Parts: sequence; structure tokens; C-alpha cells
Amino acid sequence: METIRNGLSGTRVYVAVWAALVLLTGITVLVSYVYLGMINVAVALIIASVKASLVALFFMHLKHESRLVWGFALTPILFLVIIIAGTLSDTLFR
Amino acid sequence: MREEAGGNRGYLEKKGFWSWAATHDHKRIGVMYLCTTLFFFLIGGIFALLLRIKLLYPGQEIFSAYVYNVLFTLHGSVMIFLFIIPAIPSGLGNFFIPLQLGARDVAFPRINLMSYWVFVAGILVILASLLRPMDTGWTFYTPLSAKTAADVTLLSFGIFLVGMSSILTGLNFIVTIHTMRAPGMSWHRMPLFLWSMYATSIIQVVATPVVGITFLLLAMERLFGIGFFDPTKGGDPILFQHFFWFYSHPVVYVMILPAMGIISEVIPVFSRKPIFGYKAIAYSSVAIALFGFFVWGHHMFVSGMSATAAIIFSLLTYSVAVPTAIKVFNWIATLYRGSITFEAPMLYALTFIFLFVVGGLTGMFLGALGTDVHLHDTYFIVAHFHYTMMGGTVMGLLSGLHFWFPKITGRRLSEKLARIGWALIFVGFNVTFFVQFILGFEGMPRRYAEYPDRFQSLNVVSTVGSWLLAVGILVMFWNFIRGLTRGSPAPANPWGGLTLDWATASPPSTENFEEIPTVSDWPYGYRKKEGGR
Amino acid sequence: MSYRSPDTETAGMEAAAGHGHADPAQAREAATLGLWTFLATEVLLFGGLFTAYVVYRIRYPRMFHEGHLKLDRVLGSVNTLILICSSLTVALGIVAIRRGKVRHLRRYLVLTILLAAGFLGIKVVEYSDKFAHGIHPGTDIFFSLYFMLTGLHGLHVIAGMVVLGAVAVLAGRGMFSEGYHTPVELSGLYWHFVDLVWIYLFPLLYLVG
Repeated sequence: METIRNGLSGTRVYVAVWAALVLLTGITVLVSYVYLGMINVAVALIIASVKASLVALFFMHLKHESRLVWGFALTPILFLVIIIAGTLSDTLFR
Repeated sequence: MREEAGGNRGYLEKKGFWSWAATHDHKRIGVMYLCTTLFFFLIGGIFALLLRIKLLYPGQEIFSAYVYNVLFTLHGSVMIFLFIIPAIPSGLGNFFIPLQLGARDVAFPRINLMSYWVFVAGILVILASLLRPMDTGWTFYTPLSAKTAADVTLLSFGIFLVGMSSILTGLNFIVTIHTMRAPGMSWHRMPLFLWSMYATSIIQVVATPVVGITFLLLAMERLFGIGFFDPTKGGDPILFQHFFWFYSHPVVYVMILPAMGIISEVIPVFSRKPIFGYKAIAYSSVAIALFGFFVWGHHMFVSGMSATAAIIFSLLTYSVAVPTAIKVFNWIATLYRGSITFEAPMLYALTFIFLFVVGGLTGMFLGALGTDVHLHDTYFIVAHFHYTMMGGTVMGLLSGLHFWFPKITGRRLSEKLARIGWALIFVGFNVTFFVQFILGFEGMPRRYAEYPDRFQSLNVVSTVGSWLLAVGILVMFWNFIRGLTRGSPAPANPWGGLTLDWATASPPSTENFEEIPTVSDWPYGYRKKEGGR
Repeated sequence: MSYRSPDTETAGMEAAAGHGHADPAQAREAATLGLWTFLATEVLLFGGLFTAYVVYRIRYPRMFHEGHLKLDRVLGSVNTLILICSSLTVALGIVAIRRGKVRHLRRYLVLTILLAAGFLGIKVVEYSDKFAHGIHPGTDIFFSLYFMLTGLHGLHVIAGMVVLGAVAVLAGRGMFSEGYHTPVELSGLYWHFVDLVWIYLFPLLYLVG
């Protein structure tokens, strides 16, 4: 039922993703030793998001899944944004 | 499928404790949820009657103010967590979603069973916590809830479990509706009850985890001294309120959407007319679910929240009124020039529309910052949410129970008893709660065991109303019991409905359908009367 | 190694078929949707804690700066790498069962569980070190967040180990094959999610102050 024919990732892709994740981890740790102020936060979050996307797209098969599954995967992020934004609209402006 | 008198018991055939306790049948699970939640409705109601007795006159000594605080906490918590949130979704929803979809069961029957026992586990843990009961109100605000001598930790875990049950139910329904519709049943041929249940399930899945983490953090504060909500440790008690209401506001839509779904089913059947504005109602359900997530701050206007946030939340609050109003207009348009009959399900459905609109309109007063400052934490709020939750959800539930009683049990209720019960409930409800709008407006605060003398006469009226309401509810339950034991056999389709649940026997067999039906039209194709309307 | 296929395999497929899912493809789609729905609830569960993190980080920048310096960046990095490797092993296990290689699947699952145990071991070391220095969840808001976030995550790691262990046992009984291995995929999805949460936790707690 599920074969490489469906375009699913095989060993090579997984190892490549793993290597990218290790590399990105190394980069983010190294950058953290350099003081860049707020840029540190931005870089760390961007790298984390790239890593997360790699895990989601390849290890979690999102790349090959239907739009419906994408909807299920992305919807909670919307609500996460809402709860953080709504709470901050209070705590930032007291 | 013709029903024989006193014959086939369908899914009710097999007897014995384990045939229920270990069942995978969504219908049996639904019945178990209904029995459990209706039981707690009665328990919560008893607490309410006790509260109203204390409020008969200032200085009433039937019990202390501390006991009063415990009682209103229990009344709210039991009614909300053990009755009103699970009753329609896990009770009627479990029973009727697969039937209306043309499926044999939900997507994950074993998870369905698990959700019931997790619910029961949560109930037992909550009951255990009653050895040191909470007196904080069902909103459990910090710092009091973190400092009180009550058993917050046990209660928190109990509510966490009840929440998990809710999540599992919602998860099951979402997947079921996506993957198990009968052949030919596109989204736009689904009954509107299913659209409501879908929207409800999204809320359950997204919002409930937040209240889960909230109660977990509360327990952690007690156990390990974590200080997120503790000002002496640099924490913020208002943060608790943000987390709590991020769930608790959307959850009111978990309460009302299924009831609205029932109304959308009942009104066309008893008007013999297609529902007006099917797509508008369907999409409004989803819109209500979505917009409901943007407005939680309106519970916190007087908490010390920033004015900026208060203004934003106030503005957003008005958005939810729009899809709600769309539904009301569509129901009324459905009624217009229909052939209306007034059997009990319809009486309750019409009552829903009337009482929910009153409750909803009073929400407008509360969404506006200026008036809310005056009305918050007064009896105006108490009246507002009883009109929406009881005048709304409970009336919807009762409409559904009367509508579907023949299908669930294979027996008929006494229409006469049903109408007597309805009349008492209707009058009793309004006498109890309408005066509370006035009391609140005049400044009587909520959650107080004592009050100034000038409020007394209306409090007496309200308490007498509660007795009428109680009698009406007892009459209704008597009708249910009588129906279960002595009701005459019901046909498969006593009301002439067009949704697939009416195409099964009363009660349905375990497999629901001999053959999975193919659907070619929407379920609201009532014929026009001859000779025009 | 007991091997009772095709009976257990058929039993597995029938379990997947369930009441209403007459065809396996639909059953698999339902299972996938179900798992992503469950993951959505997990996002919101952790989401409350992330919200608290954002709120308090803005309010107490110095506390977060000093707090994060007390965390061991090296141990945190090692743990990150461990989880990344464990995601790879689980993914390779799934590649194996897609080719019908049950023994390889079991090896990869065991490897994953061992890596997870290693992760937990390091967390035990870290926690003990903190307690030895008198730092505990009630010390200040930063450490409340640290212990709550990593603690909740750790519970999910333990749960993952249990699930993967159960899958390994079932694989040993011949339940999975090229044609049917949905539970393996689902547990893999869950495990990757556990990795995903740590991918954010690690920089937020250990790296940015």
C-alpha cells in the first residue's frame, strides 16, 4: 500500500534531513555564544523553525500528505498565535 | 423498516453489566453519557435550590456563608463540567452522529468507550476532593484558589480528566465526520446537527488543552510552589484568568452549538418546511466556533487588565453576535408560513429561540465596557448566563430529548405530561431568572450569602420561581421514567423527519443500517402543500 | 521470536478496519487525521506554557538571562542531538517495515527507546544538579518554567517510550507487514512531535537569555 512509488521519502532523504538537523543544531549553539542582543532570539527562533519544518515535512510526511492533513497540522498554530497575542495585548500595555 | 409492537429491542437487546460497561456501540456509550449527565443535572439543581432557600431573606440561617460559597462553587462546577459540556455532545452526539451520517459507528469506537471511563474517573476524583471542598466559585481564580485550604490538587486532576474525555470525544467526531459520511453525502448534504457538532468538536480539541494546563499549573503551584499566578513570587494572577477564559469562553460555544444544531433539526420537521438558509447556518456554526476564540477578555474587564486589551476584546465581542443572529433569522424564516405543530420538541425549540435571544441581547450590555463595569459580578451576569445556558442549551437538550426519545428507547412519551412539564419549566424559569436582571441592574452582587433588605422581595420571587422550575423538571423526568417503563411502542419515524437517523428502526439495531444508504439529496426536502402555501 | 502471522496480521488489519472503515485506506486516513488532531491538542497544551514563557520573558529579562546561564548548554545540546538521532532511527524503522523487514524495524525501535532513555538520563543528571544547588521549581519564575516545560516534555518522552515499546512487542508477534503498519507510523508521528517540542524548548531555555 505504501511504497516508494507514492513518492514517500526513503533512507537517503531521512539521513540527509538528519544531517541538516545536526548541522543547524551546531549553528544555533555556536551563535548563542556570540552576543548579538535581540538578534540572538530571532536567529534561534528562525533556526528552530527551520528544524521544525524539516521534521514536519519529511519525518512526519507532511510533504506527501493531503491538504486536509495540512489543515489539521497548521490550525493549532493559528490558535497558539491568538492566545499569545491576546495575552500580550494585556500584559504589554498595563 | 417497520417497527413491530413490543418487538425487536435492537441495540438494547443484550443485557448485563459488561454488555454496557465494555460496549463499543456508540449508541450505548451515548446512553451512558446521557444517564450520567442528567443525574448530575439533578444534583446541580439540588444545590441551586439550596442556594435559593438561603437567599429567601437576609440573615437566613439554614447554613453558613462558607457553606453557601461551597454550594455555589459546586453548583457551577457540577453543572458546567459534569452536565452541560458533555450532555449534548457526548450524549446525543454519540448516539446520533453515526446515524445521521449513515455510518455504523464512530471512527474510533474503543477511544469512544475510553472517553466515557475517563469521564467517570474524573468524576470520582472530583468527588474525592469534596472532603475539602472548594469555595472559590467555579472560576477558581488565583490567588484564592492557590491559597485556600480546599483540596485544589485533587479537584484539578479531576477536571483534567474530565477535559481529556471531552477532547477524546471531539477528536472522534472530527475524524468521523471527515471520513465516514455515507456515499453521496457531501458536506452540503449533511444535517445541520452535524455541522454544529463539527464546529463544537473543533473547539473541544483546541480549547480544552489550555484549561488542562491551567489546572495542572494550579496544582503545581500548590505542590511545588511554582509561582506563575502568585504575585509574591513575581507571578500574575490575571494570567490565570487569561488561560482560564481562553478555554471557558469558547466552551460556552461548545454548550450552545450542539443545542443550536438540534433546533435546526426540529424546526423544519415541525414546520414541514425546508430549513431556510442552510449554508448560512452551516457556515455560521463554524464562524461562531472561530470568533469565539477571539473574545475571552470580556470576562476580565474589571480584573486589572490593560485598557488597550479591554477595548480590543470589547470590539471583537460584537463580532460573535453576527453569525448567531444569522441563525436566529434563518430559523424564524423557516417558521414563516410553515405548517407548524406544537408537540413537545417544538415547544422546547421555540422556547430556546425566545430565551436564548433574551440572553444573547443582554450579552450586548455586557460586551460594552462602560455598562459592564457596572454590571459585572452582579445578578445581571447570573441572569445572562442562565438565559443563554439554561434558556438556551438546556431547552435545546430537552427539545432533543423529547424529539429523539422514541428513537433511543423505542417508546413514546406522554405528550400531555410533556406539555405540563414544559409549561411549568417555562414559567418557573422566567420567574426565577428574569427578576435577576433587575436585581443585578440595581446592584445586587453575585456570590454573596447576604444582601441589603431592599433586594428581598425580588429574591423571594426568584426563589419561588425555582420551586416551580423544580416541579416542572420533576414532571418531565417522571415522563421519561414512565416512558421508559410503560411507554407505547414508537414507530421508526414518529415525526416524519428526513435525516438518516429516522430511516432506522426505533430503537436501531446494533449495526444501525442493514445496508449503508446512498444519499442523493439534502435532508430538508419537505414538500410544499398542494395549492400553494 | 514468536511469529504468528498471518493470523495476527489479519487481526491487526481487522482492528484497523473497525466498525465502519470497510477499506484499509480509509482506516489509515482516519488514523492519520486522528493522530494529527491529538497532536493539535498537544500544541495547545504546551502552548499555555509557551504563552507564560513569552509573558514572563518580556517582564523579567534579567531573571531569564541569569537563569539560562545556570543551565548546562552542553548537556542540552547533547540531548538535542540525541532526540534528533532518535527521530532518524524511528524514521528508518518505518522505512524498514515499508519493505516488510520486521526484524530491522524492531532493532530501530529498540535503538530509539535506548536513545530516549539516554535523553532522560541526562535530564536526571541536570535535575539532580539543580536540586543539589538548591534550585527547584519554586525558586523563581524562570526555573518554574524550566521545570514545567522540561518536566511535561519528559513525561511525553516516557509515554513515547511506552508506546514504542508496545509497538516493538506487537511487531515481534508479527502484526505488521509491508501492507499494514499504521500503528508504527502513528507512534513515529508522535515521537517526531516530541522531538519537535524539544527543538523549540532547547533554544528558548538554554540558548537565549
